[in-house]
Amino acid sequence: MIDGDVLERVLSTATRRGAAFAEVFAEDRRSTGFSFDEGRVDQVTSGRDRGAGVRVVVGDTTGYAHTADLSEASLVAAAEAAAEAAGMGDGAARVIALDGDGPRRHPVGEVRIDPRSIPKDARVDLLRAADDAARAYNPQVVQVSAGVADSRRRILVANTDGLHATDEVTRVLFRVNVVADADGGKQTGYQSMGRTTGWEAFDEYDVAAMGSDAARQAVVKLRARPAPTGAMPVVIARGTGGVLFHEACGHGLEADHIAKDASVYAGRMGELVASELVTLVDNGSMAGEWGALGIDDEGHPTQHNVLIQDGILVDYMWDHLRARDAGRAPSGNGRRESYDCLPMVRMTNTYVLAGPHDPDEIVAATDHGVYIAELGGGSVNTATGDFVFGMREAYLIENGQITEPLREGNLIGNGPQVLADIDMLADDFAMGSPGTCGKDGQGVPVGDGQPTLRVSSMTVGGTAA
Amino acid sequence: MSADIADLVASLAAAAGPDEQIEAYASRGSSTEVRVWRGQVEHFVSAASEGVGVRVVSGGRTGFAYAGTLEADAVAEVLAEARENVAYGTADPDAGVAEPDGVEPVDIELWSDELDRFATADKIELALELERMVLAMDPRIRVDDANYIDGGGEMAVATSTGIVRHRRGNSCHVSVSTLADDGDETQTGFGYSIGDHPGEFDLEWAAREAVERATRLLGAEKPPSERTTVIFDPFVTAQLLSIIGSTLNGEAVVRGRSLFADRVGDIIASELVTLIDDPTDVRAYTATDVDGEGLATRRNVLVDAGRLDHFVQSTYSARRAGVVSTGNGVRGGYSSTPGTGCLALQLVPGARSRDDLIADVDHGVLVQSLSGVHSGVNTVSGDVSVGATGMTIRNGALATPVREFTVASTIQRLLTDVVEVGGDIEWLPSRAAGVSLVVRDVSVSGTS
Repeated sequence: MIDGDVLERVLSTATRRGAAFAEVFAEDRRSTGFSFDEGRVDQVTSGRDRGAGVRVVVGDTTGYAHTADLSEASLVAAAEAAAEAAGMGDGAARVIALDGDGPRRHPVGEVRIDPRSIPKDARVDLLRAADDAARAYNPQVVQVSAGVADSRRRILVANTDGLHATDEVTRVLFRVNVVADADGGKQTGYQSMGRTTGWEAFDEYDVAAMGSDAARQAVVKLRARPAPTGAMPVVIARGTGGVLFHEACGHGLEADHIAKDASVYAGRMGELVASELVTLVDNGSMAGEWGALGIDDEGHPTQHNVLIQDGILVDYMWDHLRARDAGRAPSGNGRRESYDCLPMVRMTNTYVLAGPHDPDEIVAATDHGVYIAELGGGSVNTATGDFVFGMREAYLIENGQITEPLREGNLIGNGPQVLADIDMLADDFAMGSPGTCGKDGQGVPVGDGQPTLRVSSMTVGGTAA
Repeated sequence: MSADIADLVASLAAAAGPDEQIEAYASRGSSTEVRVWRGQVEHFVSAASEGVGVRVVSGGRTGFAYAGTLEADAVAEVLAEARENVAYGTADPDAGVAEPDGVEPVDIELWSDELDRFATADKIELALELERMVLAMDPRIRVDDANYIDGGGEMAVATSTGIVRHRRGNSCHVSVSTLADDGDETQTGFGYSIGDHPGEFDLEWAAREAVERATRLLGAEKPPSERTTVIFDPFVTAQLLSIIGSTLNGEAVVRGRSLFADRVGDIIASELVTLIDDPTDVRAYTATDVDGEGLATRRNVLVDAGRLDHFVQSTYSARRAGVVSTGNGVRGGYSSTPGTGCLALQLVPGARSRDDLIADVDHGVLVQSLSGVHSGVNTVSGDVSVGATGMTIRNGALATPVREFTVASTIQRLLTDVVEVGGDIEWLPSRAAGVSLVVRDVSVSGTS
């Protein structure tokens, strides 16, 4: 995207006011999206975003400027603007020499079938297959929409430490939304699949099955009753509850919140912060998963990071600046939505390892509670630890049996308390569906996973007495 | 300034052949974000962006492409790609770009020269001043971040049916996030202020809100589960209005996804509820004279004293419904096609202050923040269940702080169960204005 000698000159300009650190991040992203609604191809979109951002750090102040024009003149102008934004000092520009003969690569996984080689008609066939399957499931299905999208994102990072790295990530995404209607009102179902691979993902995933499953979910909910209120045991099905950990502790283990003492996990390293059943990992190098990336958006290779080991807090997640301040290596968690954003500490693929219990045993051991077959999104206040997540498909548990479907709603809990209250963890680990994690207005793709588990007490936000 | 974006979109629209329609949208703008922490600038982001999106409709099929640049080569490629994408669409007889409808945009000024001239050093000083004010108000308070944010720019949209519109605007606000500590306990709060230019900010008010929101929650516990009267504070009501607005969307109606389809003319809310979408009201943060399709925006009374009057419509949804656009084509920028949505919602306020509303409640909860709005609300079924913090109300006065509970109902019931709308309208940095709202019979879920 940008020649090494140009990068060196831009970085040199960026240091002219005495910056301790400067960085160029360039991105070239192409995407294609087909949406299908009411039995027809609603819209076909293709897009291109390309640009570069220059970050300059003087003391504790970061300046950032970006440009959609990758010419040397524009990059130098961005470097000057970032340097000015970062501080008012005067210093001599440093000479910057990048490592190696060219950018380093750390590819994660491989792309066997380039989505660009797939004819547009084939995409329409996939959408139609999901639509057909959903409508064939039940006559109560009244609306189906679906979408298929792919993107290829190339990034290049160079900084004043000499780092020079590049990565190219291809992602494919498929989703289907269903509305079912009956006398009692409308209900919705949703299924999605996202992989950091090429089109070969569709060899693994059956889009018709996703369509009928989304239809099943909507139809089941037509007879759902109001969810209960109050605190009770909650069982979460495998591969759907990773968002619980994402919210209950994931965000709270991001080093930027820790540095500001705005997390309930600050100052608790080495302490028991969860049930001893819980071992939590964040791993951006997990090939194929939605949150996978070769290098993070600061150029550091992603890696397997154990955060909680047998209930004990062993590490936080780090970006370049927080790691520098702490005198340690970064963990590959510095990410940004696009070139016009500053990087932040972000999760990648976050999951809890399998435990000792049998999933059926967990339900059977629960006298009265809620079984969540599929979770929705969530959010957390890291400073208080209070977090919520939605239940997209849930059932009552009565006398150790899964019984009536429940209407949607949120559950609320406090992170450290809920982690301590995980009293059963099954041996049936699975990764979940693709997610988008929002923080400070930036969305990035993330994955999660967990085995079937039970929290002995959480507050269910229903309306039933 | 390089190319005139009005000329650019007009020339793209003029490229339409005899069997196609073209809509071109372009924008160019810049923004500043200053974040300070502990008396220093944590970051200063100076952003500039531009881009173009082209929609082509031919034989009822729609193709779209965009690029985040206004370079001539890329713009030509966007038009070619949009045309290529048309081939894969399915014919929809109602697809098409907007047609001139004879409604002239209202004459409102959305640009402030004073903001445009506001110096960088002064932006930083405002954020620092806000942080200092907050810290001086209460020894238990820390600041998580204090921010000054502004943005400004221009957009232009043109269609081969003869629309060419250009507008420019800018806006700014300050915000602060706070932490209040008491022993091991921490609670959080926030404050903000908006204005046409920084001279209109009320930093004192923003700081006091941020301090009080955090400190009043110290010692909070879970409330008991019960059905009770809830007062939503203005910030929270604005979030609820955005949800309600999304159900009054003509596109959701024609696509079979609105719970209020077939209800026009019916009473759907308490007679105290008059809900208006009015982007021509310059007090609204999202005020605009032109919608995303180039039509004039207008004042739409959606719910009039409890009666559903009409839905908001874009060109597409209006054609399908056999009505006319209400000037509610919305777009997220050059990278997306116009959808249908509310632009600037407000509830017609009542007469009384929040203290008067509280004084009338024997037993209830004041809700001051919501969480999980995206995960706990289903605008198709109407189910609402969201996390909350606030204060209990006992015998007409605020009593004890509460947290880690949910409030739940349905959109339908929230509307009919409104007991009173406060007189305390607040203009927020969002698509809806806030006002205190009293609703009876809401499910609160906390302990057992």
